[in-house]
Amino acid sequence: MAVPAIELRNITKVFLGKVVANKNVNLTVNYGEILSILGENGSGKTTLMNMIAGIYYPDEGQIFINGEEALIVSPKDAFKYRIGMIHQHFKLVDVFTATENIILGLKDEERYDTKKAAVQVKAIADQYGFELDPDKKIYEMSVSEKQTVEIIKVLYRGADILILDEPTAVLTPQETEKLFAVLRRMREDGKAIIIITHKLHEVLELSDRVSVLRKGEYIGTVETKDATEASLTEMMVGKKVELNIERPDPKDPEERLIVAHLSVKNREGLTVLKDVSFTAMSGEILGIAGIAGSGQRELLETIAGLQPIEYGGVQYITPESGKIEYLRDKTPMEIRELGVRLSFVPEDRLGMGLVGNMDITDNMMLRSYRRGRTMFLERKAPQSLAERIIEQLQVTPSGTSTPVRRLSGGNVQKVLVGREIAAAPTVLMAAYPVRGLDINSSYMIYDLLNAQKKNGVAVIFVGEDLDVLTALCDRIMVIGQGSITGIVDGRTASKEEIGLLMTKGGHVS
Amino acid sequence: MREPLFHVVKRELIDWWKAWLIRLAAVLLALVLSAIVTVIMTGLNPFQVFATIFDGALGTARRTWAFLQGTAILLCISLAVTPAFKMKFWNIGAEGQVLAGAMATATCMIFLGSKVPTLILFIIMVVSAVLAGAVWGLIPAIFKAKWGTNETLFTLMMNYVIMQIISYFVYQWSVPKGSGQIGIINSESHAGWMPALFGQNYLLNILIVVLITAAVYVYLRYSKQGYEISVVGESENTARYIGINVKKVIVRTMVISGALCGLAGFLLVSGTDHTVTRDTAGGQGFTAIMVSWLAKFDPLMMVIAAALIIFLQKGAGEISTQFSLNKSFADILTGIIIFFIIGSEFFINYRLIFRSRHKESKEVAA
Repeated sequence: MAVPAIELRNITKVFLGKVVANKNVNLTVNYGEILSILGENGSGKTTLMNMIAGIYYPDEGQIFINGEEALIVSPKDAFKYRIGMIHQHFKLVDVFTATENIILGLKDEERYDTKKAAVQVKAIADQYGFELDPDKKIYEMSVSEKQTVEIIKVLYRGADILILDEPTAVLTPQETEKLFAVLRRMREDGKAIIIITHKLHEVLELSDRVSVLRKGEYIGTVETKDATEASLTEMMVGKKVELNIERPDPKDPEERLIVAHLSVKNREGLTVLKDVSFTAMSGEILGIAGIAGSGQRELLETIAGLQPIEYGGVQYITPESGKIEYLRDKTPMEIRELGVRLSFVPEDRLGMGLVGNMDITDNMMLRSYRRGRTMFLERKAPQSLAERIIEQLQVTPSGTSTPVRRLSGGNVQKVLVGREIAAAPTVLMAAYPVRGLDINSSYMIYDLLNAQKKNGVAVIFVGEDLDVLTALCDRIMVIGQGSITGIVDGRTASKEEIGLLMTKGGHVS
Repeated sequence: MREPLFHVVKRELIDWWKAWLIRLAAVLLALVLSAIVTVIMTGLNPFQVFATIFDGALGTARRTWAFLQGTAILLCISLAVTPAFKMKFWNIGAEGQVLAGAMATATCMIFLGSKVPTLILFIIMVVSAVLAGAVWGLIPAIFKAKWGTNETLFTLMMNYVIMQIISYFVYQWSVPKGSGQIGIINSESHAGWMPALFGQNYLLNILIVVLITAAVYVYLRYSKQGYEISVVGESENTARYIGINVKKVIVRTMVISGALCGLAGFLLVSGTDHTVTRDTAGGQGFTAIMVSWLAKFDPLMMVIAAALIIFLQKGAGEISTQFSLNKSFADILTGIIIFFIIGSEFFINYRLIFRSRHKESKEVAA
């Protein structure tokens, strides 16, 4: 067999001395081959690729390029080894043309000859079947055109080894098809291609071999022809881990929040939620599973009145009286004035839920500062609420005047969840409430959610860890590319079942 | 691998006394450098020059009052820009908003001067000055809230608009006709001149600014609106999340900012200048931005910052006349001192870590 293009041996990368991003990863890529790197969010795929591209430097292990050990400490070194990476977030100058972006920063000593370069760019585009106007400005381009510029940029610089970080995340199915055609042509041309993804059907369709990572560890590599969606899912999510999370049975569940045929577009006009319908019951935890960015954030923000609704609606059923309130086209303020007690722990804790530079007391006040008839703030009640939360949830450091941004992630979350629960909600929505938290803090949050559930609150829990979802939730709704792909019973569903649902939906053909 | 000589690290919280020690050190260093520059460039005794600066600002009772008055006006404008800056609305149109207030005041003095009773005249003057400033702040705010225009450019342009308006009317109303200046308004009757208190012309003016300082302090710290300003400034997403109407807050805050600037314009015309020209604000609308930032938007710290700037301005003016030096030399000294004071904030927020030789040799060995 020929010398592999890249060979990684025992690569380990640890962040801040404790977060293990990659542990003893071994893999090889050959010329004329497409390798998929598969794994859940946070499994270390991008970190690993960044080490090949010279953005990070591995703590341990070796990288061999064409059979020789390589020292890659900067993207420039990566170029030297003819490695080019296409990042998830494009790095282009908006007001420049495609050609200008491609030649930017290339040869400092020579004068740029854009005309000559444009001809070369066109030639590369034609060779692999890209559609690109070299003189078009970036700000006039669609996302897929921008991606094309990024790919041609690395080809223009002579890359033989291409790394693409979730290239299809931003593409429509038709654009994805085109990209795959181009990648296949590159493979025939003898290039080595690594593609990061978590979409199983794409892996099966495109790649020759698949390497799987799970929580930073290298699980193994299989030939695509021997793999199925089920076998890959099992490699990706692993065997079920028993978690000791309490799960009381729902008591007298009744309908609390009904979402019907909800469709939402984001600011760019792309559909992010499509015909979403479900009901959240009181005294129940409804889990929402899905690959990050499948519309979870938009769903919660829409219910909270932060995103305009394109079609469909949200109904709230008032406990006891049974009065129905329609939440569509209402601001968060108007929703609260209707008497709807909706609490929301957003994903972006310091950017949305809290104000980092304010102290704990002032952050408590965010929900309640309007109380009182005078134009002045009343700080006594928030102060005692802050003290109560600090004591009950063991927030450290324990001063109420500590700016929230000085707290650790777990303590920030305790402050936020504590405040949202203190509002005595009837619906509690929490997006990734345990992300970045240690075990103890995580369990404290689970306990808080369970306590709310016992109080008859309808809890909606967006999570990423399937072990947690299947241990905590009564029902699990799976969302894939903005559509609901299934609602399963949390007590009986298997991780594989949910994992398969996660990769379906939306545009999948 | 090569490592740079030092790298910069953001500090965790610094003790307040350490912060002040750094600032004090900065002032001392600035004085040392100023002394060296003085000797090299003029050959004068630097201590004599420093003494003259002090003398120029506080040397006589009259100078002290002028110093206090100057501080009051600059402080008033600094307080005015603060709510907008705290909201991260980059209002650099304070100059224009002050001029709008000044123009309104002067207009009232010219046309109503001896026609209405004093008390009513003052009420009309204050109201029209505040309204003029508020409108000058409101216009860019509405455009920002509705169409997302860039407030920095917009407020800057508004400055030029009011300057041209003033130029036009100053020519129209010039005394004597065609001279191109209005001159002292009501120089005989003193109608619309701020009355002296206990024989001090500036005292009332200064007391008004003391009241404004207290009011702005309380407004920003203890009022619901002040709280909303902080939330919008820190994170618009959070503001939306808790149901604050961000556009409303932007417009309301700019009206307040503009109104206070207008009031400063009133103080300038009625209390100090008794005339209006396109230079009435004299760049203080911009200096105020520096004062506000230097004080980190704290109204009490702003008193110190404004006093410092005025002290340097007055003192620098004195050394240029006293030693018949070029005015630019005074500016150099002022520049050095302000540069050091602002620069010291860097060392309060960051610290430098120098490469240790020991570690380096170890790494080479490894």
